[in-house]
Order: sequence, then structure tokens, then C-alpha cells
Amino acid sequence: MHKTAAAGPLRAPVNRILEHTLVDGPGNRTIVFFQECNIGCRYCHNPETQRMCIGCGSCVDQCPAGALRLEAGRVIWDRELCVGCDTCIHVCPHYSSPKVTEMTVDEVYEEIRRNIPFIRGITVSGGECSLRLPFLQELFARCRNLSLTCLMDCNGTVPLWDEPVMEVCDGVMLDVKAWDEGCFRRLTGAGNSVVKENLRHLSEMEKLEELRIVCLDGWVDAPEVIRGIAQTVTEKTKRETLLKLIRFRSMGVRGELAKAPSPSGAYMAELEKLARQLGFENIRVV
Amino acid sequence: MDREALARETYGILTSDKLTYRQKLIQLAKQAENSLEVLHIPEKFAKYFETRALCDMGEGNAPYRPRYVMVDYERFMKQGSEFLKIEPPKTLDEAIFALLTLYYHVPSITTMPVYIGNLDTLLDPFLDGLSDEEVKAKFKLFLNYVDRTIADGYCHANLGPKDLRATRLLLECEKELKNAVPNFTIKYDIDETPDDLMEQAILCALECANPAIANHKAHKDTYWDYGISSCYNILPLRGGSYILSRVVIPRLAKMADSTEQFLEEVLPDALLGLGQYMDERIRFLVEESGFFQSSFLVKEGLIERENFTAMFGVAGLCDGVNYLLRDSGKRYGHDPEADDLADRIMTIIADFAASYPAKYCEASGGHYYLHAQAGLSTDEGVTSGVRIVVGDEPESLYAHLRHSARFHRFFPTGCSDIFPFEVTARNNPAAVLDIIKGAFREGDKYMAIYQSDSDLVRITGYLVKRSDIEKYDSGQVVLQDTVQNGSSNYKLNRLADRKVRSNA
Ligand code: SF4
Ligand code: SF4
Repeated sequence: MHKTAAAGPLRAPVNRILEHTLVDGPGNRTIVFFQECNIGCRYCHNPETQRMCIGCGSCVDQCPAGALRLEAGRVIWDRELCVGCDTCIHVCPHYSSPKVTEMTVDEVYEEIRRNIPFIRGITVSGGECSLRLPFLQELFARCRNLSLTCLMDCNGTVPLWDEPVMEVCDGVMLDVKAWDEGCFRRLTGAGNSVVKENLRHLSEMEKLEELRIVCLDGWVDAPEVIRGIAQTVTEKTKRETLLKLIRFRSMGVRGELAKAPSPSGAYMAELEKLARQLGFENIRVV
Repeated sequence: MDREALARETYGILTSDKLTYRQKLIQLAKQAENSLEVLHIPEKFAKYFETRALCDMGEGNAPYRPRYVMVDYERFMKQGSEFLKIEPPKTLDEAIFALLTLYYHVPSITTMPVYIGNLDTLLDPFLDGLSDEEVKAKFKLFLNYVDRTIADGYCHANLGPKDLRATRLLLECEKELKNAVPNFTIKYDIDETPDDLMEQAILCALECANPAIANHKAHKDTYWDYGISSCYNILPLRGGSYILSRVVIPRLAKMADSTEQFLEEVLPDALLGLGQYMDERIRFLVEESGFFQSSFLVKEGLIERENFTAMFGVAGLCDGVNYLLRDSGKRYGHDPEADDLADRIMTIIADFAASYPAKYCEASGGHYYLHAQAGLSTDEGVTSGVRIVVGDEPESLYAHLRHSARFHRFFPTGCSDIFPFEVTARNNPAAVLDIIKGAFREGDKYMAIYQSDSDLVRITGYLVKRSDIEKYDSGQVVLQDTVQNGSSNYKLNRLADRKVRSNA
């Protein structure tokens, strides 16, 4: 166990929990978004999940519903008053949100449990869920007792292959992002050697549920990513694991890519063709 | 109506340039029927009929054919028909010809058949030796013929629960044709119908709003065997439903002084009025109209009088409850107090139906069965059956489905919900199936789904094309009579505002 009596139950900052998602893994699943990420992708769709709130208070006065207040240097969010306009997250200069809740494993588990029998599993996402491995280990173990499958949607920058969480995790949906180190760094601010290691190990362990590439010509070396993955993973992974080629869309994106156009259908078709030539059999362009 | 008003109305129909010839014919027949006064209307009914709290569904003044006829087409395929001079079919062409011929002679309240059989089980025995392409070409001609001639959104075909070659091929045809007629329902048995067939059905439904999905386990023991007709009526096979009459809860609630008085006096009094009125309609139909004495369907055993029941309809539970609780602002589907009141109302109605003897209803144990009536084109402020009013659906889809299950349990002869899904569902039909499985495990009886941006939309149960509504509204003649109902209902009930179920 990762917790001690003195430390109390494990907690993690949760941005939100959606009772059902049609797009994050096979079948109908409940998805948990954790707050905080260890990198910062320029094309991030949910930039408000990247950082922890520092209590600067900038959002408080902007809330039209009076649902926010500052108390002892921390921002308090009143769920009942909130009208869900998202003004706060748009005005937050720190890539954060005041609507984050610290939750225990018990609390997250209860929110999941009441969605049975409508779901076949859960997916954890973020932010970056792999920053919460002990929490996930406990949560997954309990969910599996309910016959729910447990998937991690992550960026692969945290080494996973030796972690005990993998014993209770059914699969990882790995976002490979870029292949060339410089390209990856320009996009995310970090390096990608661990991502490649994760890719190799998880493929051998048969724990790759899905591989994702967000495609944006000029920023993402998508053909290289496809080639790189093809050289790294097992034949079985190429045959079976879903390779999702995602068209960049600017919705929610901030900064210099906020108005970047989506790649053309022809470009996506080319990528799909390349992947097929390299032996991927389960490809989806979305 | 006085003679002059009747004549004026008749003239209006006869000279209309918005109706097809056939639509005129049907409406003119109705005028003739309504010039008669042959029913002995019970006083108790008349009182509530004035405010439309009780309603005869505009079935007409002198019932001369059952509302819904559920022909035993399996029997017909085995024995052919002496009256129609048809031998039992041996090939697919003969089978299709036989069915189409029989459809022409099956009556109903709309004059056209509302149930055309479990098409996959009917046609599957004739597929041997034919390639998929050959079969599909024939199926498409068959389906298009039904679409263009029956041309009535209440016409309903069934599939499943068995996984047959014909089931899959019919789904493929339906997905390609995107016809509004017939409506399809697939009987889904969680333990028997395979997931991949259901996923094919879901993809088809997202594409063209067909088929709807019925919980087979919840329905299969209602009668000796069942079929689904029209707007999700679960009815005994080889029989059907004589009539459908309904109590409209909000209109009745407005006649009461208080909630207690509503529950203790007004509601029981009105239920009795409706029961007596239904008795009288059925008496005329069975004893005087001559239908059961003359129809070749009866003579040849394709329907039997003993297999008919009648539907005791309930509409607008949501609006009624919200009206009664208007001072506290508590709402059906959101507040436990409102749902408990709804439950009390339904329990009173169900107890009444279970204790009130209904002559000629042997198929349903000598009683009327409750039906969650889906609405009329002219209804305003009357939400279908026990559904939650459009625009006020719970945030949580699961809460919504659990709520449905709680109220579906009262209705043996049909109760349904309609859920539009977002486009992303197309990539993950398994997710939609998970939701349906969960709903059926919780006790939901029936679900219809469609994709929020598709041209075909479900109105109360039947389908129309948005593009046809636009045509009709701009004054053009359209083939299907349900488009006229759909057009007004789509607007009155703000169906464009139904809560779309997506991933957020
Ligand atoms: S979303 Fe944010 S700004 Fe909007 S009401 Fe809620 S707390 Fe206030
Ligand atoms: S959410 Fe952002 S703006 Fe609001 S207090 Fe936290 S850091 Fe400041």
C-alpha cells in the first residue's frame, strides 16, 4: 500500500468526471480528468487542466454568478452557484481552473460505481494521469472488482513499464505526439526518450490499447511518428492496436496555434496510406 | 357537429390542394363515419371529454375495424389464403408477392397496415441459393414498394431477436434506402442477440433513425406472442388492439381543486368514465360493426377475436405533475417529490385497470392494458406518455434512463424513449450498445435513437423527414400523411431542442 495511517487517504486533484464518453476507449466509459500536466503542448485542447491553481484571484471577480471567492489565499468554488459558463478558465492566466476538487479514491470510486450497469470501464485522463500512479493503482484495483476495465490516456513521459499500476491497468492509450526530439521539444517543452521506451515496453507487455497522433503539418512530424512506431512496436500491436490519426482542430487551443487551420483530408489520407503500407491494420482517421 | 358545418368541412377536404387523392379518400370516409351517432356515450366520459381530459384519439364515431391489426403472417406463409387465391410461397419472389398482396387487405385505424410482420423470420426461409446481392435487390424493391404505397409512418416492421441472414441484409438495405416507411423495431434479447448484430442495428439507426430497440425479455411474456406496431404498441400476435383511448393528465389536473382532490376524486372518476367509454366502443365494434363476422382474416385464422385487447392510454404525466406542484416549482424528472407523486398517480391508474373488467379482452386477462400514449399532432403542453418534457431532461443520461425504467414498468402495451446521439457515436456503436444494455437491465422497455443531424427525425414514435416537413410547410403535396402530423408536432413540442447525448 502506498499510504500510511499518518498521511491519511490518497488524494488527487480532479478537474472533472464525465459519466459517459463515446470517444475515449472501447464501449461506454466513465472518464476522470486529473488536474496538472508535466508538459505543455501548444495544441492542447484543455489548457486549463495543465497547472495547479496558485490562488492569484484573477478569476474571482469575473465570475458572473458569484460562485468564486478567495479564502486564505485559496480560491473556493461553489458548485451550486456555478452556471458552467467557463469564464473563469478563459480568464485564468495560469493554465488552471478554480473548479478543481481534491478527491479521495473513495470519492472517485463512488462516482464511478453509480454509473453501473451503463459502463464497461473507466478511462483516466488529464492533465496527465500518470502523475497519480499510487492513486490510480488503488482506484483501478477497486474498479476491477466491479468487472470494469481500466484504461490510462497518457503522454508517456513517465516510465510505466516497471510500475505496479500496470498489473491493474488494462491498457494505455498513448499519445505519441512527435518523433524527432527537437520537434517534440518545440511542441511540448520536454524530451521524448521515455515516450519511446514506454512504447516499446508496453507493446511487448501487450498493454497498448490505442496509439494517437494529433496531426498538424509543420508542427508534427506525423510521417516520422508513424514510421517510428512501426519500427518500435511488435507485429501484434501493428495488427491489433487502434492507430488513431487525429486531425488537429483549433477548438479550445490558445496561443500561436489558436487559429491554425486543420490539415486537409488529402493529407490525412496520405498518412493513413503510409500507416497501412507499414503494416498497421486498425487505423481510424478522426 | 351540425350538418352545415360537416358539409363545409367535407367540401374543404374534397377541394384541398395540399392532400393527395388517397389522403382525401380517407378523410372523406371519416366524414361519413362521423355523421353517425350510434354510440351510447357514458355521462362520465362526456363530462371529461369536453375539456379533452379524456380523449377518443379521433378514432371516429362508429368503429368499424380495429385500431391495430397484428396479422399472423407466419401462419399465412404456411397456409396461403383461399380468399386471396394465394398458394403457400416457395420462392423469395412468391413470398414477397404474397406479403404485398396481403398488406393491401389489412385494415387499421389509418386504413393501412400498422404491422407488416417480423420480416426477417418471414423471409429468411426463402434465401437459400441466392447471393447477398440478389437478395438485397429483391428486398429493396419490396421495401420501396411498402414505402411508396403504404406511405404511412405508423406502418411498422419487426426484426430479431434471432440473428438471421435476413436480419442483417434487411438492415443493410434499410441503411442504404433511408426510407421513412416502414418503421423498424428490433427485438433485442440481451442474452440471445449477438453484440455485432446490435452494433450493425445501432449504426443503421444513427444513419436513418431505424430500427428502434425493444427489450425482448421485458415484453415476451406479455401475451402468448407479441408484435410491435405503429408508435411502439406491444400487442398480441394474431390479434391486436380494438381501440386506444386516453386520459390526458394535465387537462384532468386542471379540473381539480387540489392534489388530494385530484388523486381521490377527479382521477378515479375520470378513469371510470374512460373505462365505460372503451366498453361501449368495443361493444359496437365486436357486436355491431360486422368486422369480425365478415373479415377473411378471421375466417382464415390470420387474426382471432380472442387475441384482441384494448389500450388504456396515459399522456402528459410530466405536465400533469408539474402543474399540480406548480406552487413549489418541483419538477418531474428532477425532484423526488414530483416523481413520487407521479408514481402515486400511475399506481392509481394501474390499479384501476387491473380491477376494471373488460369484456372481449381475454388476451390481456380480461382487463385493459396501459399504454404510454405518445401524443397527437394537436397536443400542446402534453408530453408523450411518461416522458420528461423536451428541454428539461436530466443532465445525467443514466439518471434519465433510470427515471424511464421506473415508469416504464406500468405499461404492458408499450412505452418508449427517444434519444438523439451526437455524430461521434458512429465511431463507437459499442458504447451506445453498453448504454442500451444498462438501460434494459434497469428495466427500460424500449429505446429509439437517432443522430442529431440526420434528416429523419422521430416525432412521437413515427418518423418523418425534416426535408418533407419543410416541403409540406411551404404548401407542397407530400406522399406520407404522417408528415402533416409531424410538422405540427415538431414545432408544438420543440423536438429540435431534445437533449443530444454526446461525450460531454
Ligand atoms: S464556470 Fe467559472 S465563471 Fe462561470 S459560473 Fe462557474 S465558476 Fe463562475
Ligand atoms: S484559477 Fe487561475 S485565475 Fe483563478 S485563482 Fe487559480 S490561478 Fe488564479
